[in-house]
Amino acid sequence: MKPIMTLGAIALTGALAFSGATAQERSIKIGVSYPTPTHAWAAGMNWHAEQAEIRLEALYPDVDLILINSPDPSAQASALEDLVSIHQIDALVVLPFESEPLTDPVLNVKKSGALITVVDRGLSLPGIEDIYVAGNNPELGRVSAVYMKTRLKEGDNIVVLRGIPTLIDNERYDAFMAEIEGSGINVLDQKHANWNRDDGFEVMQDFLSRFPDIDAVWAQDDDIAIGVVAALKQAGRDGNGMFVVGGAGMKETIKSIMDGDELIPVDVLYPPSMIATAMDVTVAAFKSNGPVAGRYILGATLITPENAEAFYFPDSPF
Amino acid sequence: MTAAATNSGKKGQQMRFDIKTAGPAIALILLCIIGYLLNPAFLSEGNLANLLTRSAFIGIIAIGATFVITAGGIDLSVGSMAAAIAGVMIIIMNSAVETFGGGVTTVLIGAGSSILLGLGAGWVNGILTTKGKIEAFIVTLGTMGIYRSLVTYFADGGTLSLDFAVRGTYRPIYYDSFIGLPIPVWVFAVVSVLGWLLLNRTAFGRYCTAIGSNEAVAVYSAIKVDRIKTMTYVIQGLCVSLATIIYVPRLGSASASTGVMWELEAIAAVIIGGTVLKGGYGRVGGTILGALILTTIGNILNFTDIISNYLNGTMQGLIIIIAVWLQRGDWGSARRKKT
Repeated sequence: MKPIMTLGAIALTGALAFSGATAQERSIKIGVSYPTPTHAWAAGMNWHAEQAEIRLEALYPDVDLILINSPDPSAQASALEDLVSIHQIDALVVLPFESEPLTDPVLNVKKSGALITVVDRGLSLPGIEDIYVAGNNPELGRVSAVYMKTRLKEGDNIVVLRGIPTLIDNERYDAFMAEIEGSGINVLDQKHANWNRDDGFEVMQDFLSRFPDIDAVWAQDDDIAIGVVAALKQAGRDGNGMFVVGGAGMKETIKSIMDGDELIPVDVLYPPSMIATAMDVTVAAFKSNGPVAGRYILGATLITPENAEAFYFPDSPF
Repeated sequence: MTAAATNSGKKGQQMRFDIKTAGPAIALILLCIIGYLLNPAFLSEGNLANLLTRSAFIGIIAIGATFVITAGGIDLSVGSMAAAIAGVMIIIMNSAVETFGGGVTTVLIGAGSSILLGLGAGWVNGILTTKGKIEAFIVTLGTMGIYRSLVTYFADGGTLSLDFAVRGTYRPIYYDSFIGLPIPVWVFAVVSVLGWLLLNRTAFGRYCTAIGSNEAVAVYSAIKVDRIKTMTYVIQGLCVSLATIIYVPRLGSASASTGVMWELEAIAAVIIGGTVLKGGYGRVGGTILGALILTTIGNILNFTDIISNYLNGTMQGLIIIIAVWLQRGDWGSARRKKT
């Protein structure tokens, strides 16, 4: 089913591209829909989407990428309708606000014949998307734990700061704990710091008052890690080999890893640039001579001083 | 205080009076005992300093809210206002670094602009409520959304960070101590004393209470109701700007997630402290205790793993309701009537 559809799309757009090239038109229309950024990670995603638009449209004169961001799920549903009715898109790249309310609207876009690429958050029904691009939450937890084990020995103590209580947070935490198990490293306690600097600061202050011996901190997220570091410095407990592992790939964090920071020596990637990857793959569905439909799960790469440069985007807001 | 006494009637006067004033203090002491029993480190010097410093943000804002609520108003915009002011302050200081360097001048420019912004934002809320004749709930719901989206816009959806050149100069405002107490605690103390004097020892304070009790009567009593009500929002704005001035040096950043829910925490602190939500009776002392209670709950929950993290909100909600019930419940006078 899928290859046939893709082939059909390629054949169709091939024909369109031919006529388009003569008329200098952008005939392959790809809608890109995602939530309006309200936090730094999403702002980074917005930036990467805009960069990918410029790059891909320069590369392919017949490709037209239409970026729309929406402030809430119902606005996103309307935006999807507009993409079909006004722009008559050939493909849709969508990062759904929420899975449930957007499953039907995306299904309707699919019924119009468009190729569907879903990013980061899956839909409630299987089989709608032709292409799926996402980060790897369990792997983020596991990679963090593996690094912890290389730095710590049996009997060492760590504390864990978690995100907002959600499925994403549970996946990361459970995978982390599964990897730590049996290593002899004690997880003293875990509290939610809501992927937020202020909460990270306050939770860490309380951990420091409560536990006199902490060897390392898993903050799960770069924003939390910034709060954790401020609390450690305030209490003067940022020495003696103490280190903090965050996650996501914030540019400031990556910069300080490049500069050899010892307090935050590594980071674990959950890339906001995944939207650009999704756009690349979707365009490839029209341009590549190989099949592209399928699931693309991006690595939760451990960012170290050696490879940090590749993940550093100084112009991005994140 | 006189209002409370007359409200409670003559028979139960002494009894209810005591419970009303002492309620928040009793609740706070109970919380501290629970905290100590869970973990003796709760009463360590470091933790108490953290607790007091943390209370300063909500506490200072809540003192402003005491005036607004006493005069029968409400301000839902304070959290967003704090975030927007913090954002603009950071932008202004970052650009001032180029001309004035990372010294005291830049910090003073930042603090000064924060105060101007706070006064201005408060005045806008006040004028729209009084002259614009729009309900305070709607005005401040509107400005809440406006300020929150402005900070998102200024930060380009991300986070605004203070230039590292200024951080060294500004950092001590949050982290340093003066005669054993962190500076934010001193600011909180000074604002508290001034707030108490203003509410309890001046004509302005009495006007606030009068307007909150009965606005129509206050108009006939030749009180300049619009001006007094606007002033309460201006005081609220000033308090928000002071809280922001001590908040910014903590992490040196502002984003859309700064100050989320502060408005509700401030209102909760005011009500836990014994001020009446519909206006007409306000207690600055109670507000201070209310702010301390709220911060202590969060602190204690971080000190124990007995309670599931997912139930933190439940514990906070229960304690807020119990703290208010302790003062409002009829149980005191009911028992007296039987005897």
